[in-house]
Amino acid sequence: MSPAGGPKQLDVSITHKSYRAVSGGSIEVLHDMAFTLKSGTVGALVGPSGCGKTTLLRIITGLDTDYTGTVHLPAHGKLGMVFQEPRLLPWRTVDQNVRLGAPEATDSDLDVLFGVLGLAAHRHHFPGELSLGQARRVALARAFAVKPDLLVLDEPFVSLDAALAKHLQEELAALVTSRHVTTLIVTHSIDEAIGLADRLFLLSASPAHVIAEVPIARPRSPHTPEELAAIRGDIARALGKIGK
Amino acid sequence: MNVASRLFSLILLVAAWYAGSEIAGPRMLPGPQTVGFALWAEAQSGALAFHLGATLARVAVAFVIAMAIGTALGVWMGRSRLADRLADPWLVALLNLPALVIIVLAYVWAGLTETAAIIAVALNKLPNATVTVREGARSLDRQLDEMAQVFRMNRWMRLRHVLVPQLAPYLAAATRSGLSLVWKIVLIVELLGRPNGVGFEIGIAFQLFDVTRILAYAIAFILVMLAIETFLVQPIERHVSRWRPKAA
Repeated sequence: MSPAGGPKQLDVSITHKSYRAVSGGSIEVLHDMAFTLKSGTVGALVGPSGCGKTTLLRIITGLDTDYTGTVHLPAHGKLGMVFQEPRLLPWRTVDQNVRLGAPEATDSDLDVLFGVLGLAAHRHHFPGELSLGQARRVALARAFAVKPDLLVLDEPFVSLDAALAKHLQEELAALVTSRHVTTLIVTHSIDEAIGLADRLFLLSASPAHVIAEVPIARPRSPHTPEELAAIRGDIARALGKIGK
Repeated sequence: MNVASRLFSLILLVAAWYAGSEIAGPRMLPGPQTVGFALWAEAQSGALAFHLGATLARVAVAFVIAMAIGTALGVWMGRSRLADRLADPWLVALLNLPALVIIVLAYVWAGLTETAAIIAVALNKLPNATVTVREGARSLDRQLDEMAQVFRMNRWMRLRHVLVPQLAPYLAAATRSGLSLVWKIVLIVELLGRPNGVGFEIGIAFQLFDVTRILAYAIAFILVMLAIETFLVQPIERHVSRWRPKAA
């Protein structure tokens, strides 16, 4: 499926990215930020808030082109994105919102997606009639309907209550597993990252770079408390090494 | 209750008109029934339809031109600071130029032609539409723009599904104020330099001091504009705002 010569994986190598501060001068947000995400796997970017994760995603998705370095998107570079806010068009129905994001999606594709995400009853509602959790589901449906070469999620479960976040996270895990989409998720929750990813990329404080990578042995399957403790130990050791 | 109070208000207006005509005499202010008969006679002869048609056609063409250019200009000025700085002085100049000056200059420069008439009306409406739409363009949601960009929506999709729905309330406001402004200016343009239309007819009636005919044409036109507002503008507005949660 991938084009001749086109890379299958996501390659990010940003040497430098800074913002001009209001008071003059510039603030460096990213410095030597480099990582590779293999095709069909899920990578989680974990780091302190304000470390530049959203900036990094804006560069990867092409919304910000003012940086030095290179970003190679997998295959054709078709993107599916779930922003922090649902970002639906309020004047279009749930169904239209998804179709506008993914004009090539077939009716049966959408039937399946709406079914899996529990949205079948809301297809003809407007976003103003949905709860935040439902709107987030629509944003997920839109991103998956694209059949993206790269799925990007920017803290997709922020400001949901814990039970709902957990539930949506499980739905996302199921979708990612069944569709083998190369996925990059940004989160500040280590638990969320462990529950979803094949590989964690731990980021430093600003200016951000990858300080350690932690592979997860059995991704997206229930972990015993011992396994969880071991993974957390790995993360602590990885962070500890840097501290020295 | 709503309909009843409106009806009461309307009856009061007609009664006041009737009383006024009794006091001022039928030459200065003919009564409602006299004007009604005159209206009927003009309608029977076909003159009413002919002049109303001519005026409405001018209103439609000038309105469409002014709205199209005004919207494009307003969006451009609302989104680009440079464009706003460059075009703003022109806009202020045009906004403050009296309608009569634009009309007279258009006729002097382009002759007593249909083109001159349309341009004069459109130029009068243009700054008004631009200013309203610019306000809308300034409040566009950047987040939706980014969403459209990431999902690779083409220009047409962005225009139709992202841009225009956001501008809809501003376009509706410009349409409403625009229609009433445009038809008033069209009448002046017709009075000064066209051989037909409601303005031309009122000009003739003015020379003959025929108050009955002036009122008959004015009422006919008000009825037409009321019908356009009720059966065209309001349904469109209801349709484009159907997604808004209803107030409880």
